[in-house]
Amino acid sequence: MNLTKHLAGVVIASTCLCVPALAQTKLTMWYHGAGNEVESRTLNQIVSDFNASQSDWAVTIESFPEKSYNDSVAAAALAGNLPDILDVDGPVMPNWAWAGYLQPLPIDESEFADFLPGTKGVWDGKLYSVGLWDAAVALFARQSTLDELGLRTPTLDKPWSREEFLAALDAAKASGKYEFALDLGMNDQAEWYSYAFSPFLQSFGGDIVDRSTYKTAEGTLNGEAAQAFGKWWQSLFTGGYAPGTSEDPADQQTGFIDGKFAFQWNGNWRAVATMEAVNDVVFLPAPDFGAGNKIGAGSWQFGVSAKSKHPEGAAEFIKFAAQDKYLAAFSDGIGLIPPTPSAAQMTKNYKDGGPLAVFFDLSKAQALVRPVTPGYVVQAKVFTKALADIANGADVADTLDAAVDEIDADIESNGGYGHR
Amino acid sequence: MAFNPDNYGLRLFVRYLVLCLIALIFIFPLVFMINSSFKPDSQLLADTSSLRAFLPVGDISLNNYFGAFRRAPVGLFVLNSVLVTGATVLLSLLICSMAAFSFAFLRWKGRDVVLSIVIATLIIPFETIAIPLLLLVSKLPWIGLDGLHWGWLNTYRVQIIPWIADGLTIFLFVQYFKGLPGELIEASRVEGASWWQVYYRVVMPLSGPVLATAAILKFLVMYNQYLWPLIVVQQENYRPVMVGLGYFFQLNVAWGEVMAYLTLITVPVLIFYLFLQRAFIASIASTGVKG
Repeated sequence: MNLTKHLAGVVIASTCLCVPALAQTKLTMWYHGAGNEVESRTLNQIVSDFNASQSDWAVTIESFPEKSYNDSVAAAALAGNLPDILDVDGPVMPNWAWAGYLQPLPIDESEFADFLPGTKGVWDGKLYSVGLWDAAVALFARQSTLDELGLRTPTLDKPWSREEFLAALDAAKASGKYEFALDLGMNDQAEWYSYAFSPFLQSFGGDIVDRSTYKTAEGTLNGEAAQAFGKWWQSLFTGGYAPGTSEDPADQQTGFIDGKFAFQWNGNWRAVATMEAVNDVVFLPAPDFGAGNKIGAGSWQFGVSAKSKHPEGAAEFIKFAAQDKYLAAFSDGIGLIPPTPSAAQMTKNYKDGGPLAVFFDLSKAQALVRPVTPGYVVQAKVFTKALADIANGADVADTLDAAVDEIDADIESNGGYGHR
Repeated sequence: MAFNPDNYGLRLFVRYLVLCLIALIFIFPLVFMINSSFKPDSQLLADTSSLRAFLPVGDISLNNYFGAFRRAPVGLFVLNSVLVTGATVLLSLLICSMAAFSFAFLRWKGRDVVLSIVIATLIIPFETIAIPLLLLVSKLPWIGLDGLHWGWLNTYRVQIIPWIADGLTIFLFVQYFKGLPGELIEASRVEGASWWQVYYRVVMPLSGPVLATAAILKFLVMYNQYLWPLIVVQQENYRPVMVGLGYFFQLNVAWGEVMAYLTLITVPVLIFYLFLQRAFIASIASTGVKG
């Protein structure tokens, strides 16, 4: 009798304990960071915390290699096999929203009011995605180099002008101490070109596409400002200031550290490793070529798949993940910029006086998101090819005109990508 | 000393010298990969500008291998690839040889037209049929131990079944079978052997070289699969080695780990080739004689 009572008690108790677990609805999430140990560890912690924090939803992660992630998502969308939560690269988000992979976030945008602009994915007036970090680019230099060459240290308020930047490159070249004055990372012909180099074009006054209509690149990618940019860009290579497209990939990782280059145009994801190797490294703001100093913005963000049957659960997870403590954990782990000032203060690198705090300021002051249009995925490839061709000696005007024709043809063949 | 073209020793020396140089050119990438897999990234990158890149010198350790296993489930990826490749190779040898047997020895209406169509598929790149095939397999039914399922995505079968039969393998078998002595087949039939007995008692035992060639070619195609598993497999549990390579390309690429991973996934290919190389070379040689 006693045994029966005990058994009944155990069954009832275990049933009660199991109820929350059984009641949780499963949400699937795809993530681009397979192989990134630190990122995965942080994300797994967030998921684990979220699943334990409430009884309605249980998120499971499937990680993909970054290089093939977009193709996997496109294939899954075709096959009708998308998960509930997707992470999406910021500039690609409008394309996925337009293509019907994503649905607007069922979260009030005001909840992310203090997030850096580059971390919010807005398309057609609706918030589709939110990022847990941002990235920024800066001109890496040694303070000792600036001192030796007698160069003024540029600031956000007073960046180098075009003439000052060229004078700095000339001084570095004339010193004879470097293989090249400037490293641009020309071997990486993927998203890097449009992310890192289109801000130069924008600082000249041009752009990849006309952002007032998003229906043409005519006048912006081949206008007077763009032509001036193209000629300046080509002069970097014909003048021997920077290595061209055949640059050794190893040099982008170690060239500046080894002293092959006086300056390097690189992202904050290389900042920590560079600081460890170069004790007087300084991160300088982008030069102002006439229309203001600009850098790229927008990194990976989380959104809700259009096929999700539980958008409210997916949104709950995204809100949960956007807490300052997790933003700070990501930043401390992978070195990228936390999206909010309060999270920045919780990090070791981005708090006031922190070694990378300058990147938060750069992102806040200079960042310009890449063109917010579904056509960007094509435009970025066209832009990359045009810049590589110009670097390799192609005629500037002809190359930019050809790029404009290609972009305009793509916009037309896609019915204007939904821009009204 | 004047050059004497009749000097056999000298000619032999020159021949071996040239052959050794060619061999070195082919083996250099492997030597570079293996040596680099033992070096830290900083040294690996610094060595690329000198011959040290091909030598196991400097700070040598197994750290990259430990790192590779930490970063990705290398064993799982290799196991998946070996499983998918092995199953496809075996099934392909069986199905394609049977198809080729019917093309080579059986007489049926429309045989030549069908063979022409099969051979014509050789000119169609896989990329052109990838999306229609994806849509097809995503809706196919499958009866398993736990009942009926719809859709083959995220399974081993979706990586195996579409690749079993292919025009090249069938063509190789047909060509080889046509070169077998017809008298053997006729004698077997006169003695009362069924076509099935002719296939597995007479023809297949004589087909070692073409089996090896077809197996190696299919093995390489399957082991190097990238696009197809990329679009039909979204779960890590079923990923093959080539998709797994992407785990190593982060913003800061760990080149030493890349080399360690490449070395690890190359081992099964080398073992498979060494195992079948005699038959493979015999097949190529015999094809050359006939040609």
